[in-house]
Amino acid sequence: MPLELFLQTIVNATYAASYMALIAVGLVLIFGVMGVVNFAHGELYMAGAYTVVALYSGFGAPFFLAVAAGLIFVGLLGLLMEYTLFRPLRDNPLGGLIASIGFLLILQTVAVLGFGVRMKDVLPPARKSIVFPGGAILTYERLYVIIAAVVLLSALWIFLRKSKFGWALRACAQDREAAALQGISINNTARLAMFIGAALAGVAGALTAPLVSPTPYMGHPVIITAFIIIIVGGVGSLEGAVLAAILYAFVSTFVTTIYDGTLANIVGLLLMLVVLILKPTGLFGAKERA
Amino acid sequence: MPERGLNLSWIIGAVLLAAVLIVLPYLLSFSQQEILVLLVINVLLVSSYRLLTLTGEWSLAHVVIMGVGAYASALVSKDLGVPVPLAMLAGAAIAGLLAFLLSFPLFRMKGFYFLIGSFAAGEVIRLIWKWTELTWLFGGPKGIKLIPAFPDIKLFSLDIDFYNPVNYYYLCLIVVGISLLVLYRIERSRIGLTFHAIHWQDKLAESVGVDTFRYRTMAFVISSVFAGLAGALYAHYVGTVNPNRFDVEEMVYVLIWAIVGGTATFYGPIIGVVVLTILNEVVLRALGVDQMRPMLYGALLILFILFLPDGMESVVPRVKAWFAGRRQRRAVAKQPAEAEQPAE
Repeated sequence: MPLELFLQTIVNATYAASYMALIAVGLVLIFGVMGVVNFAHGELYMAGAYTVVALYSGFGAPFFLAVAAGLIFVGLLGLLMEYTLFRPLRDNPLGGLIASIGFLLILQTVAVLGFGVRMKDVLPPARKSIVFPGGAILTYERLYVIIAAVVLLSALWIFLRKSKFGWALRACAQDREAAALQGISINNTARLAMFIGAALAGVAGALTAPLVSPTPYMGHPVIITAFIIIIVGGVGSLEGAVLAAILYAFVSTFVTTIYDGTLANIVGLLLMLVVLILKPTGLFGAKERA
Repeated sequence: MPERGLNLSWIIGAVLLAAVLIVLPYLLSFSQQEILVLLVINVLLVSSYRLLTLTGEWSLAHVVIMGVGAYASALVSKDLGVPVPLAMLAGAAIAGLLAFLLSFPLFRMKGFYFLIGSFAAGEVIRLIWKWTELTWLFGGPKGIKLIPAFPDIKLFSLDIDFYNPVNYYYLCLIVVGISLLVLYRIERSRIGLTFHAIHWQDKLAESVGVDTFRYRTMAFVISSVFAGLAGALYAHYVGTVNPNRFDVEEMVYVLIWAIVGGTATFYGPIIGVVVLTILNEVVLRALGVDQMRPMLYGALLILFILFLPDGMESVVPRVKAWFAGRRQRRAVAKQPAEAEQPAE
């Protein structure tokens, strides 16, 4: 592998790790607090991308305004899911999972009806790029994703560690009933977790819209990737999800560059199966939930 | 089913059902006949899925396993020149064998982990079909085409041509009927009762000497054999298989059939697939809202999981209970009225 390609692959992997981490952390947060595996998480990502398609490509709104709208819109979708699906099904984890599959189908159909099944090309907002010494290129669009991941995930980490809400959220993730006995409102905490988790997926979708050409079915590969990451990282561990996202992104990007994309997917899934078999708590997950 | 023997009403019911099933294709248009064939195959698919759910595990690989049967049967008949009926059995056997191998890693997990693990295993299989390095074998994303059809049967002057969907429908009806009978007998046998025991009390079952791993594997293998058979029936009817035909979306439909029908009884999933297929082919087609299909299925799934989590099959006992309850309430309402009269 020539040095230039090697450096470029590292840059690509860093970008991939960033958006994967945004998605996987949201999924872990939802699972941790609600005990539900949100199968519709890939479609929340899709909804974020289509917000940019509608506002930025459609109405010509500024790109970052569209991204912010995507964050809020998808966060609200998360609240809707919490209120209509996960709250009534709180005592039935499998039920929540199945309901989220139903929600996934609805979101997909809405996208098909609203925008058609064809790919929507989104014009890159910056059309500039950084050229590193050594020849590797990083476009501004990818840079935004990396910055967003670092900033948002750091903010989330500080929020969970320092704020009262964050403590409540972590308490709920550890033991819901004990948290309720301490006077923590489970409904409020679930709402908050669902909003943050969904909004992170929405931001990832909105920021990657110019890079991936959204389709209504773009959530499918994303949710598979997210599952691989949360299993490898240890279900319920936020730090684990970030580390696993980095690990998976580098493995996947390098295998794709050297061999091909299908093999990269196979390797990723096998990695997950091996982790499931040998260490179900994940490579980085210290404590296990459920 | 009655506990002992067959009583008259059951015999009449069975004869009526058989008569309806035999006459049915002649009442339908050609395209509806084709859908009917697929419906019969789907009945086998969802019924075999139910056998696995008896042990409490929900797999997301079932449709891929069906695909394994389809691919195997197609390849064995096309590349090796094995007669189609034998190839179908080989397809079912290979699906079962693969399930046996997969059970070693997968049944180290339970619940959600099994769900995700089976999903991953299924996706790996699907990706292997798609992989360009193996196009010479599996045909890549385009899959296998020109799969040999089921051979004509020539008996004396009788010549049964299986290109005709009606004849293929009868063939499927016989194969699926026998398979359902086998599945039913298995469920009612000691093995089937052990599946139930593992579902509700796996630790307790283990403590009385049940090898839960072995029984879980057994359920997985048996359900996979019949899923593979369904796949083989599908492959030689449609004549082409490809990886996207067996993707997770199809799996979601199997889940919806099972959940909307209800998995507590043998007939629940069958009701689910029949009712939803009729709804899909008659109502949705008439309305011309084919694009809305996933949304309606999704909404249906959500409504059922929220308000009728035991599926359509649970409506019957509920209605019965409601009537019984009403009768009781009436009786109770009458009594105080009678009791009050002397007090006046």
